[in-house]
Amino acid sequence: MARIIVVTSGKGGVGKTTTSAAISMGLALKGYRTAVIDFDVGLRNLDLIMGCERRVVYDFVNVINGEAALNQALIKDKRCDKLFILPASQTRDKDSLTSEGVGKVLGDLSKDFDYIVCDSPAGIERGAMLAMYYADDAIVVTNPEVSSVRDSDRMLGILASKSRRAERGEEPIKEYLLLTRYSPHRVKLGEMLSVEDVQDILSLHLLGVIPESKAVLNASNSGVPVILDEKSDAGQAFSDVVRRYLGEDVTHRFIELEKKSLFGRLFGG
Amino acid sequence: MPATHSESAEFSQTFEIKSGVVNLPILRLLTADVEKLSSQLRLKISQAPDFFRHAPMAIDLHNLVDPNAEIDFASLVRVLRNCDLVPVGICGGFEKHQQAAQAAGLSSLTLARQESPQQPQATPSKPKVPPEDVHSRIIEQPVRSGQRIYVPGGDLVVMSQVSPGAEIMADGNIHVYGSLRGRALAGVQGNLGCRIFCQDLQAELVSVGGHYRISENIDDSLRGVPVQIFLLDQSLIIERI
Repeated sequence: MARIIVVTSGKGGVGKTTTSAAISMGLALKGYRTAVIDFDVGLRNLDLIMGCERRVVYDFVNVINGEAALNQALIKDKRCDKLFILPASQTRDKDSLTSEGVGKVLGDLSKDFDYIVCDSPAGIERGAMLAMYYADDAIVVTNPEVSSVRDSDRMLGILASKSRRAERGEEPIKEYLLLTRYSPHRVKLGEMLSVEDVQDILSLHLLGVIPESKAVLNASNSGVPVILDEKSDAGQAFSDVVRRYLGEDVTHRFIELEKKSLFGRLFGG
Repeated sequence: MPATHSESAEFSQTFEIKSGVVNLPILRLLTADVEKLSSQLRLKISQAPDFFRHAPMAIDLHNLVDPNAEIDFASLVRVLRNCDLVPVGICGGFEKHQQAAQAAGLSSLTLARQESPQQPQATPSKPKVPPEDVHSRIIEQPVRSGQRIYVPGGDLVVMSQVSPGAEIMADGNIHVYGSLRGRALAGVQGNLGCRIFCQDLQAELVSVGGHYRISENIDDSLRGVPVQIFLLDQSLIIERI
């Protein structure tokens, strides 16, 4: 049985798809068979970030409608053979997703995979509700600013009450906080909420802090999940996140303003 | 048809006896004059015949002007039946009333809440099952933005935080042991004696019995500290505790 992870936030543009791509790649690199599903039907993005947009034949909605078999629609990643991508449809809308259809696809995937990562669309409408409904774990992606924190809080309320686990009275979804686009420098200037501020409001288990980084945009533009950019701060931060998710005890990084090294000071780096 | 769960069962249960609470309309008798009552009752019922059709009816004797008056239960029952009502029993009255009522096929009922105890209970009731306050609710999880919790007829205790954009309401008191950042409304059915207690007041709005105050009008000295909120002479008081 696969563990189903939803990457969600409520608010748009906070880094859900970047996170889904990075975490699914990270899990696959650790040797787990991982599928990542784009639930953002109508606005598909995940295939771009994963760099497989030119290999899409069938999509999630085709599978739900029985127009294609699951293995026809799954795209195997070229960099890691444990990772498969199920792209969203560009031509349909989110009403094409049915609860039974999504449940069936997840059920079928569960037999073959260790982890299923659901990349939720923004908002709290149908697509987002279905992305989280079957989840076992939720990674709540939040930017350090008030409206994102508020939306995440709202999403947490929905996770606690509208999921299948909640409806069946089972053990609740495990919720993790992932703080993205964090800039210790701007926190120091008082322009951004600190980790403590966000934790004060959300009081969640902190899975990691991803620093604001040029590497993320570069990675998206070139279709390479940022976790593969091992030299970058964001790439390392995502590696830490995956290790933490898998139960390793990894110290948090990128939270404090780093002191400039002697070299840095000498060369103004 | 027998209510069998499995056809193989030789001895299947045909009934269960349970205790339950039923709401009954109560006919509060003020006079023992059945004839007078009959005409007034007909008039009343003609105004809403569907509402009363086949309605069970309890007869309450607590408010009789003359508590000692003899009552002709047989004709009272007839009057009620003629009005399409189903008299089931009497509440209150003396021993003689109860006997007469029984003779007319009525049972003796006890009002759950005696509003005007004309017959103070002489013997203190036997030790009963400890009263269980089923109406109060304890929430241990954070109450998130967009969530609404309402506790009808009781108190609400939140062990965790209440986020901005969340709304907690109770007919009784509200206690919040985390930070209160959302809205808290106590005594929403108009109970002015209710209070809100919280460890850390950062609320968007607090209200007791409909008297409310919004965040903007809460003094800064009361923010982030433990307070109680109550009504005094129609005005909302927020007091440090």
